[in-house]
Amino acid sequence: MEINKEEKWDLEVTPERGLFELPLKDIWHFRDLLVLMVRRDVVSFYKQTILGPLWFFIQPVFTTLVFVFVFGNLAGLSTDGLPQGLFYLAGITAWNYFADCLIKTSTVFRDNAQLFGKVYFPRLVVPISIVTGNLIRFGVQFLLFMGVWLYFYLQGSDIFLTWVALLFPLLVVLMAFLGLGLGLMITAMTTKYRDLAFLVTFGVQLLMYTTTVIYPLSTAPEKYRHIVALNPMTGIIETFRYAFLGEGMFSWSLLGYSTLVALGSMILGVLIFNKTEKNFIDTV
Amino acid sequence: MAPAIKVENLSKAYQLGQFGTNTISGDVQRWWMTKILKKEDPFLKIGESNDRSVKGESNIAWSLKDINFEVQQGEALGIIGQNGAGKSTLLKILSRVTSPTQGGFKIKGRVASLLEVGTGFHPELSGKENIFLNGAILGMRKHEIKNRFDEIVDFAGVERYLETPVKRYSSGMYVRLAFAVAAHLDAEILVVDEVLAVGDAEFQKKCIGKMNDISKGQGRTILFVSHNMGAIKALCSKAFILHKGKVNGLGASNDIIAQYLKINETKYNYQHSNGKINVKFFGIFNAETKEKSNNIPHDVDFEIKIVFESNIDNDNAIIAILLKDSYGLKISTIHIKPFHIQSGENRIHIKIKGGYLVPNTFSWLLNIHDQYESIFKIDNIASFKIFDNGSDFYKWERIDYGKVFLKHTVI
Repeated sequence: MEINKEEKWDLEVTPERGLFELPLKDIWHFRDLLVLMVRRDVVSFYKQTILGPLWFFIQPVFTTLVFVFVFGNLAGLSTDGLPQGLFYLAGITAWNYFADCLIKTSTVFRDNAQLFGKVYFPRLVVPISIVTGNLIRFGVQFLLFMGVWLYFYLQGSDIFLTWVALLFPLLVVLMAFLGLGLGLMITAMTTKYRDLAFLVTFGVQLLMYTTTVIYPLSTAPEKYRHIVALNPMTGIIETFRYAFLGEGMFSWSLLGYSTLVALGSMILGVLIFNKTEKNFIDTV
Repeated sequence: MAPAIKVENLSKAYQLGQFGTNTISGDVQRWWMTKILKKEDPFLKIGESNDRSVKGESNIAWSLKDINFEVQQGEALGIIGQNGAGKSTLLKILSRVTSPTQGGFKIKGRVASLLEVGTGFHPELSGKENIFLNGAILGMRKHEIKNRFDEIVDFAGVERYLETPVKRYSSGMYVRLAFAVAAHLDAEILVVDEVLAVGDAEFQKKCIGKMNDISKGQGRTILFVSHNMGAIKALCSKAFILHKGKVNGLGASNDIIAQYLKINETKYNYQHSNGKINVKFFGIFNAETKEKSNNIPHDVDFEIKIVFESNIDNDNAIIAILLKDSYGLKISTIHIKPFHIQSGENRIHIKIKGGYLVPNTFSWLLNIHDQYESIFKIDNIASFKIFDNGSDFYKWERIDYGKVFLKHTVI
């Protein structure tokens, strides 16, 4: 083979890929796939059910009822003087979004091994579509929350919106980043050794108790408070409650901490995921 | 013409065995050697070829080793090889599902790979929704799919079921729809694995026709893996054999197919005896080349040679040679009678006219008997293959259309 004119190639594949070589252009090209995958996940969720999209409501409603019964009435935990139903629903709505994102993205490689083994597209499209799809679900549950909010407001409960509600979009982004980032790290680390996958299933549930879904941060004893605050979701949930209910601990430092952790895990997650994606099919 | 694909020193190693606690120490060692000390990967040092029947010493197998080839634009290149020769690995690397261990490749244009039909089909979604989803997975934009939508539906012939979830589809409809989506992609390079094995004859014919159209009509490049030599012959002008992870000859597909069938012959020796008769040899020969062969072109005469030793003498014996199909059903019997069995060595040599057997796998049953009883019997020996050398039926190769060709005239 003579080395004549410089050939122009569209794609050159070599064994190693740089750590920061993100296939951003590819992802942009596959944006239609992203939309279609979101649609697929949402539509196939309630295919062949009678209640259809109503199922989006049922889970948070029942969880709230059980929480009101167990933690509110039997255990008698404080809810900062807020109506119990509303207090728990706020926590559950926010926590669910984070937990759904984390759990679903943490098995991306394993769940899609069949698909990934047969065709190439930027793998990041799938976790992004999961997070986006969950956003729809979160939106529906948020509407439910606002409905309940309105009910209690008209009943004359002492709840009010604060200016912090303007930070709501930021909160959603932070939850998505946190769930996605951690999920990407876990899925990348479980392609070869699956030990971590066992941790996720019950770990997420346990993690909920170390954040302020079922109790307000203000009632946590002083010496444990910083432990609870260590969970980056605490800052987000507290801000969320303060924004819509007017009670809770809102502080810039708490929110700032959550932001840093969310951004950090997102960046780290994407890098690790990107590093793993090109060869994972050999080991999964 | 300019090359569309250029593969250079491409190698791929796989780790054998289970992943477990043993591998983590290996991984740590490997990471230390390559990333910190910047030395050669100790796991890749031992170069063993990809031979699954031989137990190797390392737990690394080279599925592909130093693959080099080029495909020109608009060319259809066939890849043939035995199971485990590395064909699927090669296609996986070229379609970027996994990456090479060493070497690499360059590509001009978009690649659409069809390694499996219906990848990414969601059973709950309708045919229409799946066309869009599948198209997008294969790299098409939504408007591109929209432009081709009618063509795809038309090609698949599933118009009536467009709104039905694909889980209710028959497997044939499923395959048709899946192939239709892939075949209408606007990619410059189409990578196709053995996907035509499913689907009925009419559809296979349509697929080959479509691919022919893609490569010859539209000047796009095709890489095609198949066990169906007829299909390779019909579609590809060039081909190469992948043998134990290496490229073994690249040239005109006709020559390569012939070469492949020759490699593929298994060696065997018969040593069968019941005390009276000892069959030492039972072989099939190509009457044209005079060579011993297990692969006979369908239109060529072939010969059977049998050598057996006997310690009895019988001048009124009958040699019955039964031809059996792959299911063990008897197709035809050849009688040689009276046959004089001499004590000592006996030889039988018969010639069978070609053109009557449908391409398939066959075997023999040999029964040596006298007027009253069987003296010696051996079943399922000298299995051989009749392959399609371009009969009128080559496109139906995977379809059971009978066992024999009846010579006929249409009046």
